[in-house]
Amino acid sequence: MSEPLLQIQDLSAAIEEGELLHQINLEIGPGETHVLMGPNGAGKSTLGHTIMGNPQYRVTGGTIRFDGEDITEMPVDERSRKGIFLSFQNPLEVPGLSVEAFLRSALRARTGKPVRIFQFKKELESVMELLQMDPSYADRDLNAGFSGGEKKKAEILQLLMLSPRLAILDETDSGLDVDAVRTVSAGIREYQKRTGGALLIITHNAAILNALQVDHTHVLVRGRIVADGDGSLIDEIHRDGFEKYIEMGRDMLKET
Amino acid sequence: MTNQKVDEIDRSIYDFRYEEDDFYRIQSGLTPEIVEKISEEKHDPEWMKQFRLKCLDIYNRIPVPRWGAPIDGLDMDDIATYVRANTDMKKSWEDVPDDIKDTFEKLGIPQAERAALAGVGAQYDSELVYHNVKDEVAQQGVIYSDLESALTGPHAQMIRDHFMKLVPPNDHKFAALHGAVWSGGSFVYVPPGIKVEIPLQSYFRLNAKGAGQFEHTLIIVDEGADLHFIEGCSAPKYNVANLHAGCVELYVRRGARLRYSTIENWSKNMYNLNTKRALVEDDAVMEWVSGSFGSHVSYLYPTTILKGRNSHCEFTGVTFAGQDQNLDTGAKMIHLGRNTSSFINTKSICKSGGISTYRSSVEIKKSAENAKAAVSCGSLMLDSRSRSDTIPAIVTETDRVDVGHEATIGRISDDAVFYLMARGLSEEDAKAMIVSGFASDVSKELPLEYAAEMNNLIKLEMSIG
Repeated sequence: MSEPLLQIQDLSAAIEEGELLHQINLEIGPGETHVLMGPNGAGKSTLGHTIMGNPQYRVTGGTIRFDGEDITEMPVDERSRKGIFLSFQNPLEVPGLSVEAFLRSALRARTGKPVRIFQFKKELESVMELLQMDPSYADRDLNAGFSGGEKKKAEILQLLMLSPRLAILDETDSGLDVDAVRTVSAGIREYQKRTGGALLIITHNAAILNALQVDHTHVLVRGRIVADGDGSLIDEIHRDGFEKYIEMGRDMLKET
Repeated sequence: MTNQKVDEIDRSIYDFRYEEDDFYRIQSGLTPEIVEKISEEKHDPEWMKQFRLKCLDIYNRIPVPRWGAPIDGLDMDDIATYVRANTDMKKSWEDVPDDIKDTFEKLGIPQAERAALAGVGAQYDSELVYHNVKDEVAQQGVIYSDLESALTGPHAQMIRDHFMKLVPPNDHKFAALHGAVWSGGSFVYVPPGIKVEIPLQSYFRLNAKGAGQFEHTLIIVDEGADLHFIEGCSAPKYNVANLHAGCVELYVRRGARLRYSTIENWSKNMYNLNTKRALVEDDAVMEWVSGSFGSHVSYLYPTTILKGRNSHCEFTGVTFAGQDQNLDTGAKMIHLGRNTSSFINTKSICKSGGISTYRSSVEIKKSAENAKAAVSCGSLMLDSRSRSDTIPAIVTETDRVDVGHEATIGRISDDAVFYLMARGLSEEDAKAMIVSGFASDVSKELPLEYAAEMNNLIKLEMSIG
């Protein structure tokens, strides 16, 4: 493996009520696709948010490195501008801020250069078409009044417009119908094709992974990574469930 | 210096002021002699002089209001200082501090307007623009001029018939003060059936001496006519004296439509005690778009009298109170005619310990059968030090009405800030975008360049403190 893009070493993170992540180790190389699985409440979203730098979670130990640089203490916006993207499980509504105006501002913030309007509009239009979004969504307030599916598509729209180097997708497929999952999945493939970017996909669902080449799978139980494997691990979990891994989590807890 | 000086903590980004000139502090109380002198300087007709003196008499008898934000910082015994301070402003652009020049830069104010806004003298370029606009609308028969010269012009009688008839001097102490010492302001008359295509902007004639302190705006939109008038701008307006008691009177005749937009950004030592009122006749429409920024204390409740049948009014407003600011704003609707309708939609934002109070009153009189009224007010607090109050009053004297009220109050969401930052926006930009979005009901109603200015202003306010 070449120099990892994301390198997490012994990462622990906590909220006021207690520690949620314990000594996580995870490496993602450039362009690799990783899947993070685990039962509800295992800390999958917490890991995604901690990588992104959500101030709600306090890093209590270990380091996060991105592209060789220690970003453990780096502010959220700087991480984003370095190329980390987090697709939210529950995207926030921002009334009065149009999707288009928001994307333009975000692009300007990332590149430090004014956005070329004509090119931007063309690009936006084509990506929206790919995601089967009505063009009128560009003028609508960001996520305000969007259905669950529309919000998820809007996240993938942002992914494609902002072209990060690492995209963390936090249950982007949850609550979507079959057609929407297919569309979102096509969007993810387009991201890989265009940018060659890396992915960390948090999911319960194999459907979204069907058309993707998965390089590594990680199983998170009670804030610990209890198993790593390749793509076949996904099939096993789908067949047998998390039972075995929950057991492993208990054992590890006893050891510590 | 007595208690008229207000502490300006970290306001240097906006405000600057001239050295207090002791010359103006010789006389303290407001006397008939001072008022006569003002009248003389303005070449008032005799009736106006008498009117001013009557107002002075009323002013001296009415007490200072005690029901709203504290205005103790105004020294009413020394009122002459406030009145006279604006009569002469002879400073040069070189005296304007760099940070103010910077502010103009950030707000994107055209170079031509900056000196005028800084109160350092006449601006010939803006004067030119004003005259061009004036000539253009004059071809439609529209009168657009400063009120003083109109007093002796062909519309003298019209002004006499309307001046301070909607806001009588005995309304409150500052209305009386205004009547006694008013100076500057606009007069617009739109003849029947005329639709004015371009918004008229008082921005173009900011150079008028004394504009921005006791200015009087009188607009008459005759039957079936249509006008959009824009007053003020987002640049910080500086005055030597820290009292603003302007007055706006709007007459919307049968079937006419008037949209009156203001973005006000007073320097942060200012007591802004402004009175605005509109009279709306049969089938006519009045639309207010109002952005209140700056000032130390504001009292501002534009009032609409829905006199005519089927008359309609919409009020859309945003208020932003930062550190050391206490802004008491809202709107007042008085329904008199049948089938009248009104809609108030306001947003208030407070941060860094600022206080914003939304105060409104909707009165539906017995004669206003089938009236409809809706009030919607939202508040956004950016931190726990700031305070937001909502005081809506609705009084109906008839049963056959449809009245609705909705109020929301909330803190800026940390999650939303994180969400936008996760897309690469700085914390400051993320918050500014959320606040601008919250205020977008107002900016959407403004012409593009004003909307952009307002958003720049929000961004600037967000970066202070």
